[in-house]
Amino acid sequence: MALLEVDDLRTSFHTRNGVVRAVDGVSFCIDRGETLGIVGESGSGKSVTCLSLLGLVPQPPGRIEGAGAVLEGIDLLRCPQEVLRGIRGRRVAMIFQDPMTSLNPYMTIEEQLMEPLLIHEKIGRAAAARMALQALQEVGVPEAERRIRSYPHQFSGGMRQRVMIAMALIGKPDLLIADEPTTALDVTVQAQILDLIAQQQRQRGVAVIFISHDLSVVAGFCDRVMVMYAGRVVETANTRAIFREPKHPYTRALQRSRPAMQAKGAELYVIPGLPPDLSRPVPGCAFAPRCEFAVADCGRTEMRLQDVGASQASACLRVQRGELTLQ
Amino acid sequence: MLQLIARRILETIPVLVLVATITFFMMKAVPGGPLDTEKNIPQEIKVQIEAFYGLDQPLWKQYASYMGNLLRGDLGPSFKHANRSVNELIAAALPVSLELGGIALCVALLVGIPFGIAAAVRQNTWIDYLASTTAMAGICLPTFVMGPLLVLVFALHFEQFNASGWDFARDRVLPALTLGLVYAGYIARLTRGGMLEVLNQDFIRTARAKGASETRVVFRHALRGGLLPVVSFLGPAIAGILTGSFVIETIFNIPGLGRHFVTSVFNRDATLTIGTALFYAALVVALNLAADIAQAMLNPKQRAN
Amino acid sequence: MPVTASASPALAADAVEPGRSLWQDAWARLCRNRMAVIGGVVLIVLTALSLFGPLFLAYSYEEQNLALGAAPPSAAHLLGTDKLGRDQLARLLFGGRVSLLVGLAATSVSLTIGVLWGSIAGYAGGRLDAVMMRIVDILYALPFTIFVILLMTVFGRNFILLFVAIGAVEWLTMARIVRGQVLALKRQEFIEAAVALGLRKRRIVLRHVVPNVLGPVMVYTTLTIPAVMLLEAFLSFLGLGVQPPMSSWGLLIKEGAEQMEEAPWLLIYPAAVFAATLFSLNFLGDGLRDALDVRASKD
Repeated sequence: MALLEVDDLRTSFHTRNGVVRAVDGVSFCIDRGETLGIVGESGSGKSVTCLSLLGLVPQPPGRIEGAGAVLEGIDLLRCPQEVLRGIRGRRVAMIFQDPMTSLNPYMTIEEQLMEPLLIHEKIGRAAAARMALQALQEVGVPEAERRIRSYPHQFSGGMRQRVMIAMALIGKPDLLIADEPTTALDVTVQAQILDLIAQQQRQRGVAVIFISHDLSVVAGFCDRVMVMYAGRVVETANTRAIFREPKHPYTRALQRSRPAMQAKGAELYVIPGLPPDLSRPVPGCAFAPRCEFAVADCGRTEMRLQDVGASQASACLRVQRGELTLQ
Repeated sequence: MLQLIARRILETIPVLVLVATITFFMMKAVPGGPLDTEKNIPQEIKVQIEAFYGLDQPLWKQYASYMGNLLRGDLGPSFKHANRSVNELIAAALPVSLELGGIALCVALLVGIPFGIAAAVRQNTWIDYLASTTAMAGICLPTFVMGPLLVLVFALHFEQFNASGWDFARDRVLPALTLGLVYAGYIARLTRGGMLEVLNQDFIRTARAKGASETRVVFRHALRGGLLPVVSFLGPAIAGILTGSFVIETIFNIPGLGRHFVTSVFNRDATLTIGTALFYAALVVALNLAADIAQAMLNPKQRAN
Repeated sequence: MPVTASASPALAADAVEPGRSLWQDAWARLCRNRMAVIGGVVLIVLTALSLFGPLFLAYSYEEQNLALGAAPPSAAHLLGTDKLGRDQLARLLFGGRVSLLVGLAATSVSLTIGVLWGSIAGYAGGRLDAVMMRIVDILYALPFTIFVILLMTVFGRNFILLFVAIGAVEWLTMARIVRGQVLALKRQEFIEAAVALGLRKRRIVLRHVVPNVLGPVMVYTTLTIPAVMLLEAFLSFLGLGVQPPMSSWGLLIKEGAEQMEEAPWLLIYPAAVFAATLFSLNFLGDGLRDALDVRASKD
């Protein structure tokens, strides 16, 4: 049985300008120990999807609905608040993009590391402090004993992200959600953090959902990849397949947009057009206005994710019909 | 940190000198003095009184000797209260004012902060509107309106309290409430604003993602940052409570420092005026310093500097 | 058969959404804030009453009717009379003129001093800035109220002196705010961009600096007026402000407090009107602050 099964998750925001459908019918599942990458542009709904799973979206103005998001028997969308709180930090942990603003500037690192333990386990402060120190050492912070009583602003960006990882993993969760953990860091540090997450994943066998806008980052790390656009899933496949044989025009366009893919001196490839206005949903495929392969039907038929190969699913109508092969 | 304290103390000395000087010359500019009585005093006695108060000396000499006395902590004899020195009068009145101010401050904090937290945590609900409007009422009703109104209702109508006086413990209630509720209003608004700002920050989301309960989020995580505006307001608040005590002590007939100041100004009791003004200035400066230190200690980033 | 994506069609002129300037946005936000709107309306009504009301009244504020003494509200005197038989309604409305005048005048004084001081300090930077702000810090520590009391006592009850003195108390915070804004603006990139575009200094100041400083200044001015009115009332209460037979709300409250037991109406009406004015100003100021703070937009 899968660790987490998400079925038709829909999160909307009721704003002055209308209802924004940030997540519009997303379904996926992830097994124990598996690594899943969620890729998409800003505004594709990848972060909101995961925040919705943990109920971290303010409601109002948000509204989280869906058929279900079942974590080994517990439906996260419908369970009582205390149950959800018991899961956060204990069975499902999350790390965020900007470690400076995501850590409490008024609390010591030690206190913040100890907190998940104090909340979820019945252990004393001394024991929790020892475990906090150990966790800090495990993520490779040098001179941990001396520095554990420091405050976040006394650490560098990379160190802070290590602290976030330690904090997330200290409760020994089954699932770690990493929301663009390297985006706010220097390039040199990015690789270190990725290695750290990979190492921890291997050691503990924790499942990881890795959110990123960068396909290449996800490629080196994840077993499977899910591509999102305009709040919907357009393709899921294992990593090799998604690079070898993308089954959706958007995935292919994303790959082509990487500067590394361009010939030296040639113009950079840019996906024409702009991301859609999520408060005005269009019928049919959301990507159709920008897609070079779109036909009239694409704008009329409702987009649905469908298996199109060995463990590969696509929402492209034409691919589903077998009309289109992408390279 | 110690550097900060030392520097601030050094800075306050010129301030106090400035206050003393300005007050001195202001009082000298005012006609009237210890000889302002209807009785006809024979000339020799007049001369003696003048000598006693040093009024026969040229102005600069009076100033110099006054400042000299100040350095020794001697505030001089009162012009109007015969045979009593200003030091004595202040010593008698100070505890009263301190008690009044202290209780008022407690009222302000104990009422204001919870109101502010409630309003922030339940933003835009009826709790928020109730708390915010009550806070606003505190701000918009000055002490000399709130005071008489409270007296009208509780002392005259319900006859629960005395309308004036300071002899019984009960007498503390109405004056302290009057003074405290005004500042409770300011503090409630500042708390609400501070808490709202903190609650919108990313690290609150992280705390929730760790499974913290709302109580824990509010009190362990948000409060520390949310109360910062209140702490920086403490300085002006205390100064305001001190000046507010002028009015309160006048209305409720409380034998405190404020009443002395007000009556001394009207009585042209120069030494008492300067003495109390100086004392107030010193008190305000000291309390501002304490508030600044508290603020620095609460903010880890400032502590390092 | 691959279909080439079409270029975005040019939209018809009327389909283009009209842009909204920051001021229009702020105005819209302000109008949606119920309490601020109520405050604004109350303020306008009270001001109009105070300005034009006395013209329609039967009595003037100083007409005494000793035989009547302090009488409760009646048909002849809608709000009663004080112990000298003066019509309270007239005194209240006239007092409104005085209180509002003092409020505005004193605020103008502190606005002028504060804006000048803060702008110069912020724009000049360096040592001049350091010195000017040090002075502000030192002055902040002084119990100004004490000085004002002394000032009023020493130099007599001069009306003009009253609002100069009050204005001199409140300018410090305005200076700090203005300086903060100017400093922040100096560092803003759009100023650099304007310079890079070759705009002349005067144009930069007028079209870029001033509108940005204006916001917080407006907010703080609206919040200074009630503080100033409170100070005036405070002084009048101590007998140092406006003198009878003129009236101000502070003076009326003082007289009312003195005769609270026998004639509660003398306290209640002035207190209510005063509080209502302060309420309105505060709500308006808050509304302005929420409307103008771009970062605070909740959507």
